[in-house]
Amino acid sequence: MDISILLIQSLNAFQYGLLLFLVASGLTLIFGIMGIINLAHGSFYMIGAYMAFALGPLVDRWLGGGFLATLAVCVLAAGVLGYLLEAAFFSYLYKRNHLQQVLMTYGLILVFEELRSILVGNDVHGVPLPAWLQGSIPLGGVMTYPVYRLFISGVGIAVALLLYWVISRTRLGMMLRAGASNREMIGSLGIDINKLYRVVFAAGVALAALAGSIAAPVSSVYPGMGNGVLIICFVVVVIGGIGSIRGAFLAAMLVGFAETFGQVLFPSAAGVLVYLLMAFILLCKPEGLFKQG
Amino acid sequence: MNHVLTRAALAAALTIAAGGAHADDKLKVGFMLPYSGTFAALGTAIENGFKLYVAEQGGKLGGREIEYFKVDDESNPAKAAENANRLIKRDQVDVLIGTVHSGVAMALAKAAKDADTTLIVTNAGANAITGPLCGPGIFRTSFTNWQPAYAMGPVAYAKGHKTAVTITWKYAAGDEAIGGFKEGFEKAGGKVVRELSLPFPNVEFQPLLTEIAALKPDMVFTFFAGGGAVKFVQDYHAAGLDKTIPLYGSGFLTDGTLQAQGASAQGLLTTLHYADGLNTPRDNAFRADYSKTYKAQPDVYAVQGYDAAQLMQSGLAAVKGDFSKKDAFRSAMRTATVDSPRGTFTLSKAGNPVQDIYLRRVDGLENKVVEVAVQKLADPARGCKL
Repeated sequence: MDISILLIQSLNAFQYGLLLFLVASGLTLIFGIMGIINLAHGSFYMIGAYMAFALGPLVDRWLGGGFLATLAVCVLAAGVLGYLLEAAFFSYLYKRNHLQQVLMTYGLILVFEELRSILVGNDVHGVPLPAWLQGSIPLGGVMTYPVYRLFISGVGIAVALLLYWVISRTRLGMMLRAGASNREMIGSLGIDINKLYRVVFAAGVALAALAGSIAAPVSSVYPGMGNGVLIICFVVVVIGGIGSIRGAFLAAMLVGFAETFGQVLFPSAAGVLVYLLMAFILLCKPEGLFKQG
Repeated sequence: MNHVLTRAALAAALTIAAGGAHADDKLKVGFMLPYSGTFAALGTAIENGFKLYVAEQGGKLGGREIEYFKVDDESNPAKAAENANRLIKRDQVDVLIGTVHSGVAMALAKAAKDADTTLIVTNAGANAITGPLCGPGIFRTSFTNWQPAYAMGPVAYAKGHKTAVTITWKYAAGDEAIGGFKEGFEKAGGKVVRELSLPFPNVEFQPLLTEIAALKPDMVFTFFAGGGAVKFVQDYHAAGLDKTIPLYGSGFLTDGTLQAQGASAQGLLTTLHYADGLNTPRDNAFRADYSKTYKAQPDVYAVQGYDAAQLMQSGLAAVKGDFSKKDAFRSAMRTATVDSPRGTFTLSKAGNPVQDIYLRRVDGLENKVVEVAVQKLADPARGCKL
């Protein structure tokens, strides 16, 4: 492998890692701060992608169009959906054990898949790239690199910085961290923890939907697309340390590099490499790379 | 007393009547197809194709009326044996028709073989069905994964390509297709320099595309289907590789996916046993009839279902609808020439079509035929002891 190919592969790994982080960040918020095992997180990713597909033409008609407008509509709609879901279902789960959480969120996966089948059907659909992101830049002679992938990376970095700032530098972040470590105490200090959680959950769903809608033009939308993402996201969250945004970021990068170079250097072991990495890290650091915070 | 005797006599008479009427009984055909899930549309197309041919024959095959039994196999291999036995044991069907998913079809073939029920496979391309699993009652009207891929080998070499890289998912269908291409390409004189693969159903192709750029082969051959096919073709195009390294594939790369693939698929060359624009009287008549009946355009799956009914018809015609002559029925099917919309084909000893494989070019939303890539291509049926 010569140096230019090595650099391109590193770019691939970095870019893939950022996309993983986009999905996993929402999961780590919900899992870490609210303590809920949310198997339906992959479905939120799928919902985001299908919204980008289905709402794109509608946004074109009613709001004059624009890719960013579509993204904004998807994120807002997903946030509202998350808020309602929390009120209707998830708020009953905080005091239940993990098995009951798994059961209910698994049930939600089935419901969302069926709804998707009824509303949009079972076909594979493509989502068109916006014109201003269609170009590509030449890399290393034979290959070109699509600008859109760099755009995904840009959004990933922006979200990472924003989350880090909110959690560690703002009053909201402080309340969240406090709520995660002692739910009763923060309630007795006069903060409406239920409302707080509802907002966090909505944000988590919106993040997953953002990842889905932003990935839709490159991944196309298809049935069951959320399930594969879900597993790898749990790996990221567990490696990074549950509830840690910093950890999730680092873990997403590790997984991105392991998958990318694993596929090229050890193709026969590519499927298990990420899980070996997880097992190794958990052996050394059972709580993940970073503790909550 | 008298009363009881009368009843016994009546019962006896009824039994005899029922026995005597046996030849006029309806023939039981069991569809084991996906009616839900990702492959639902394919299952429906197969059933539509089958029923279209039966309707063309006046609702009968070999002079016998048909009674249909249906099971949704959900494309779930874990439930395959159970579902197959619902048709075989509970409904006691005479002939099984199915299915799309290879894993399900393998279990179906095993169950059919154990019960000595005749099976016509209408899509699943697993080599093993007409290989190690072959049997006197096992037939197929579709293809083996090996067949279309093999046909691309000589075509690609004739276009001046000396080296190739292959890429697929690491699973049975992918391995079989790549094996077929490699055999055809290397026999023609080319060389497969690297076989790339990624775990099923992973779709993060970027690292492997970079690897292709580093290897700089003359061409790339690929086997992907469904969502993976859409994404691979788009990514290949977006990476700019299609400008310098042409992409070829087994036909499923561009079947039912062209709408989603859009501009990135235009001009792609693939090989399959059916194509758009064949423009033969047989195909035109079939297409007109199908679209009139179902208000939809037929696809390769509909053809495979249609031909399953044709194959059954030729078997039943030989025994004049008398299904008790099972062996004669089967050997007539095995030696039949099927006048398929795809072009006539015969069956190999193992029961797989010996058929022309077409080279097709993507043009708009159609896979337009370019030429016959390989004539009368027979699967080697490795492992079949018939």
